[in-house]
Order: sequence, then structure tokens, then C-alpha cells
Amino acid sequence: MFDGRDPVYLQIADQIRQDVLSGALAAEEQVMSTTQYATTFRINPATAAKAFAQLVDEGVLYKRRGVGMFVAPGARERLLADARESFFADTVDPVADAARVLGIDVEDVVARLRARTAAPAPQGEPR
Amino acid sequence: MTATTTGWGVELHGVTQRYGDVVALDDVALTVRPGTITGLLGRNGSGKSTLGSLLAAFRRPTAGRVLVDGEDPWENERVAPGVCFVRESGDVLDDYSLKDNVAYLSGARPHFSHELAGELLELFELDLKRKPSKLSRGKKSAFGIVVGLASRAPLTILDEVHLGLDAPSRYAFYDALLADYAEHPRTVVLSSHLIDEVERLLEDVVVLDRGRVLIAQDAESLRAEGVSVTGPTAAVADFVAGRDVLATQRLGGTTQTTVRGALVEGDARRAREAGLELGPVPLQDLFVHLTDPVRTGGAAAHAQGVDR
Repeated sequence: MFDGRDPVYLQIADQIRQDVLSGALAAEEQVMSTTQYATTFRINPATAAKAFAQLVDEGVLYKRRGVGMFVAPGARERLLADARESFFADTVDPVADAARVLGIDVEDVVARLRARTAAPAPQGEPR
Repeated sequence: MTATTTGWGVELHGVTQRYGDVVALDDVALTVRPGTITGLLGRNGSGKSTLGSLLAAFRRPTAGRVLVDGEDPWENERVAPGVCFVRESGDVLDDYSLKDNVAYLSGARPHFSHELAGELLELFELDLKRKPSKLSRGKKSAFGIVVGLASRAPLTILDEVHLGLDAPSRYAFYDALLADYAEHPRTVVLSSHLIDEVERLLEDVVVLDRGRVLIAQDAESLRAEGVSVTGPTAAVADFVAGRDVLATQRLGGTTQTTVRGALVEGDARRAREAGLELGPVPLQDLFVHLTDPVRTGGAAAHAQGVDR
């Protein structure tokens, strides 16, 4: 965990965003403290604090003084709106580019998307 | 948070330490930010332990000024109880029981936590009736850690304390350090050769090389500065032209180059279009390259070093 190219604090922030998006973290739910993050993932508490600060800036989390960090009301809706906005640029366009390079007909791609969408949703998260 | 202590900062101004003809520290200017866990990295003989000795006022520098929490620590009654320097060698009373050692050492530490000491003694399975002289190297290291952490000193310097520990005990030490640091923030200077293991614990990194400061910056930005570039030799050469090349390896027509310098906007796209793969460089590798004697020996040696 947390071993990609990105700085660890960005990876933590991303994981919390994913948990809010998936509903694993609900609005008004408390997230782990910096201390818990530090000891669970063996990282400097400042690294976790940096991730929290970023998420507070984005309105995903808010701080209750002396209690901890909580998921902001409406955070999921905001993240969903952002994700939908970047979905075509970040996810669909690279597929179109790759299909062109590989000589795959766009109609085959569309057919695959239809078939996949009709199938039952995959269980669990591929982590 | 029940902060019984706050971290003390450190400043060094033009500090030189000579032992006869040997220059252990050479005109060092350095700041350690209060409240951080700062990694003190360097090869053997780079001056790490000398630096620790100066902060703990075990010795006075040949030249320059050392400031701990704004004051010269030398024979300083206010500063001395707040600086805990733990070396692997111990600095304990070898022929008294651990119990007597704890009683004696805790007396000098106003923030000493007997509760934490008890937990750690149990964690490392240390028998209070034993004497340090009768302990294995690992157990002796562990006792140094118990004293170092339980002292909760505003400036705690742990010099290779965990070198003698086996892997499970080292991870137990990292966890104990983080847990207590999070609850009781203080300045911890952690020197280690096990960079892979400790890098995530560090907020700041200082790299000493032959008595000089090679790097002093936050760990996150340092890590972001190392990039490996892999791909067709000509494309790699093109991409790394004008960058600070640390190392190059070739296998057939493929080259992997390690460069220092954060990527700028457009670099990732440019690399992708050139068929190059960019990857992270572990801090350990960055350290090895940066402290390479050929590289640090001078510009001419560096130019030759590029092609190895």
C-alpha cells in the first residue's frame, strides 16, 4: 500500500476520496486520526496531516476542534460531479487512442461497453 | 493531545569539528526544524555521530556555533535535561540492573514516562533484573530505545540505535516511535543505514557526506526529485540532456537513467510520446548515487561517472 509514483500524502488523499465516492465513508462519518494513520501505515503523522489539509481545502473533510476529521456533508456529490467531469478526458479518451493504435474498430469498443454495462456489477474492489 | 514537551529546534552555524588531522565536520550550516522526525543519513565516517555529540554537548566544536532551542548547549543547565542522545553503545550503567538504570536515568529527565518505559520493556522482553553488560547486542539496543523514547526529551537523537535489532523488533521500534511521537510531539533526529525502512517515518532528511551537508530538505520533495527514465537509448539520451544524471545502465538498446530534479509540466507527456517510462527512485538509491565518491569527488569525475 502507498507505494506508487505519487507522494504518500496524495495517495492517502486519493484513498479517502475513493472511500467517500464508494460510500465506504458516509457523510458526517469520522475518518481515522493522523495518529491512527501514522501507526497503521507506518508513516510520519505530518504526511497524513498534509493529506487531511488538502481534503479540507477541497471540502471533502472538515475538522471538529478537539474531536477529529469528518466527511463533509455533500462531499460525495461534489466528488461524483468532479469525477464525471474528468471521466471522458481521463478514462474514455485513452481507450479511444489505444483502440486506434491497435486497429480496433470503434463499433467493437462500443459493443463491448454495452455488453459490460448490461452484465452484473463486479463484486468488491480490485485493490 | 497532552503535549508534555514540545520539540526543540537545532541550528549550526559554520561548525567545524577536528580530531587531530581528521575533519569530522567541515563548516556545517544546518537547521533542524522543531517537532520533526528528521533523518540523519550518511555513510560511515560522514560525521553523523559527531553531530549528535555536539548537540548533546558531549563535546564542543573546534569552530562555529551550535544552538539547541536557541542556546549553546555546552554546560547549559536548562538545555541538558532536554537533549537525549542514544548511541548504539548504550551510555548506560553496565554493571547495574536495568531497574537501577531506569531509576538513575529517569532522574535526569523531567518528562520521563515510567508508564511508557514499562510498556517498552515488556514489548522488547527485557528483564529488569538483568545488567546491560549481560545482555545480547539486540537486547542492549532495545534498552537504549526504551530509555530514548521514555525520556520524551524535546530533542531526542537516536544514533543507529536499532542496528542490533532483528527485523520484527525494528518494526516494533518504528511503531512505538510513531505512536509516542504522535501523542507527544518532539524533535527526533534519527540516524540510520536502513533507509528503505525508515524513509516513511521521516519528515525532513539531512544527508552528510564527508563532514559536509549534502542535502537538507523535506523527505517528500527529496523523493519527488529522483526519477528513473527507461526506454530506447537515443530517446533516453534526448530526454535527459541538460538534466542532472546520477546513474546510467544499458542493456542492449535499452537504457535506464536516474536523474535528479523534479519533473515539470509537460515532462510526463513528452516522455510518453517518446516511448519512455518514468518511475520513482527509492530514497536509498538516490542516497547511494548522491554519496558516490566518484560523483562527489568533483566535476571531472562526475562527467566520467555518467556513463557507468
